Amino acid sequence: MTNLVILPILIPLLTGVILLFIPKKIPFQKILSLISGFLLIGVNIFLILNILNNGIQSLELGGWQPPFGIVLVGDMLAVLLVTTTSIVSLAVLLFSFYSIGAEREKFYYYPFYQFLITGVIGAFLTGDIFNLFVFFEVMLIASYILIVHGGTKVQLRESFKYVLVNIISSALFVIGVAYLYAVTGTLNMAHLSERIGSLETGAPILTVIAILFLIVFGLKGALFPLYFWLPASYAAPPSAIAAIFGALLTKVGIYSIFRTYSIVFIHDTGYTHQILAVLAAITMLGGVIGAIAHQDVKKILVYNVIVAVGFVLFGVATLTEAGFMGAIYYLIHDMVIKGALFLMIGAMVVVAGTSHLKEMSGLIKHHPKLGWMFFTATMALVGVPPLSGFIGKLLLVQGGIDSGQYWIVAVMMLTSLLVMYSMIRIFLNGFYGKIILKEADQYGTTKGLLFPCAILVAVSVFLGLGAQALYPLVATAAETLLQPEIYIDAVLKE
Amino acid sequence: MEILMSILAGILFMAGTYMVLSKNMIRIIIGTAIISHGAHVLLLTMAGLKTGAPPLLGLKASTYTDPLPQALILTAIVISFGVTSFFIVLGYRAYKETGTDDTKKLRGTDSYD
Repeated sequence: MTNLVILPILIPLLTGVILLFIPKKIPFQKILSLISGFLLIGVNIFLILNILNNGIQSLELGGWQPPFGIVLVGDMLAVLLVTTTSIVSLAVLLFSFYSIGAEREKFYYYPFYQFLITGVIGAFLTGDIFNLFVFFEVMLIASYILIVHGGTKVQLRESFKYVLVNIISSALFVIGVAYLYAVTGTLNMAHLSERIGSLETGAPILTVIAILFLIVFGLKGALFPLYFWLPASYAAPPSAIAAIFGALLTKVGIYSIFRTYSIVFIHDTGYTHQILAVLAAITMLGGVIGAIAHQDVKKILVYNVIVAVGFVLFGVATLTEAGFMGAIYYLIHDMVIKGALFLMIGAMVVVAGTSHLKEMSGLIKHHPKLGWMFFTATMALVGVPPLSGFIGKLLLVQGGIDSGQYWIVAVMMLTSLLVMYSMIRIFLNGFYGKIILKEADQYGTTKGLLFPCAILVAVSVFLGLGAQALYPLVATAAETLLQPEIYIDAVLKE
Repeated sequence: MEILMSILAGILFMAGTYMVLSKNMIRIIIGTAIISHGAHVLLLTMAGLKTGAPPLLGLKASTYTDPLPQALILTAIVISFGVTSFFIVLGYRAYKETGTDDTKKLRGTDSYD
């Protein structure tokens, strides 16, 4: 047992609380947020090394033995995602320094940013399903505030729907927890896994509960047919907020499906995981159709978030080692690359003064760095070797073939091509083509906006080229998910 | 007793869903509050209601009530209280800014400025 596991939650939480008391001192808020961001990354890397050497780390909060108390569990999957979160959030923080504007900064932007990260990291680290609900709410309440922050007409209009959808899904979450507790008598995930594993086959009520949780997490994670709320609401807030939403929020829903569908609900995989696989395939197609249909750069990217949801969940549904590793790898890759793309789209909109693709053209003349970074990120998203998307997709395809889901693999390949089309369209129309903006006519400057994008693109390139170094970490994470006994033993210490 | 409570939760869900499906903003907000109440009642019912004893009686008690659902429901109530109050303020601001509380008129996906 070590107290280290709680540090990634405590650092942003304490930072947020301190920032609340100094709302007027913006430079100080920025410095403190930066320090906390760097500290978080450092702690997380230390935690990864620790887990690699000593196995899963768990912390019993308040000294209550599991399964009675709440445990925080740092296994490899959770810590990899937490580390990615800390890197992405630091880059987006840097981007918001130059783009969010003094008005928003004065009204508690930075504190709520920290609370959002607290919620995301807490959801990754907790080992208790009700505690997961609580961290979901921490994250959601911060996200309600950030999405409406600034109070423009479109933000108010879209956030009303966003809040409504999430309140309903939270109510469903409580209902799911109630059913689960009534059937199994526990809420600790390791204990749940053990109890459900020891049940004789054919517990239909558990299948119902599994589907209920799929609905809850599918609503948060934007799974077909529950992604209807996502495009409009993610396109409403400023670029920095849209970036952190697109990179992190849906990923928490995906992670929860990943965790519950690999450790808890494994009693009737023929039924539940087949549904998940089919839904994942439709999600890919639905997302990419939206991405092609729209002419607005923000919307194109937002629909690509949905495509990634389909890819990762297909990996989960295969229940093979390659599929799991592909899903983990693709999840990490997608957090980084979606953050990068959202930030670059934000920089494009700043320069061109519009988000409509037909009204922007020839940006590469004055912004070659932005243009080529965007091109690299697009190639990484699509999965051109040796960039980061390639390895994830390769493993996903391998997992799909191992489990015999050939038609979904075909859908995946088709979707990848269409994603390529939808993104390269932005490059060809927005960056290439006739130069319609003179240097002096530009609506804004990219000063300070390119550096955070460069960090994320560099991380993405590293994920591709340094796959060899990352492989053992991802393999460890997948092993824990494939063999729940490892997780159970580490948490319950039997 | 459990059956009665289950029916009550069902009625709350029904009423809440009906309210959420209406067009008026304030009805939708109240609807979400009612749905949350339904979820809380269900949570309490699911863990078993009446065993005729307080929750904490020490290790040798012959009968006791499971304290965990009560802790869960307390947390859930506090969260739903905070969210509902935020939602009311959000609805009010949206009404002030857009000039309507009719969600039909809040659609608009064509332009976003």
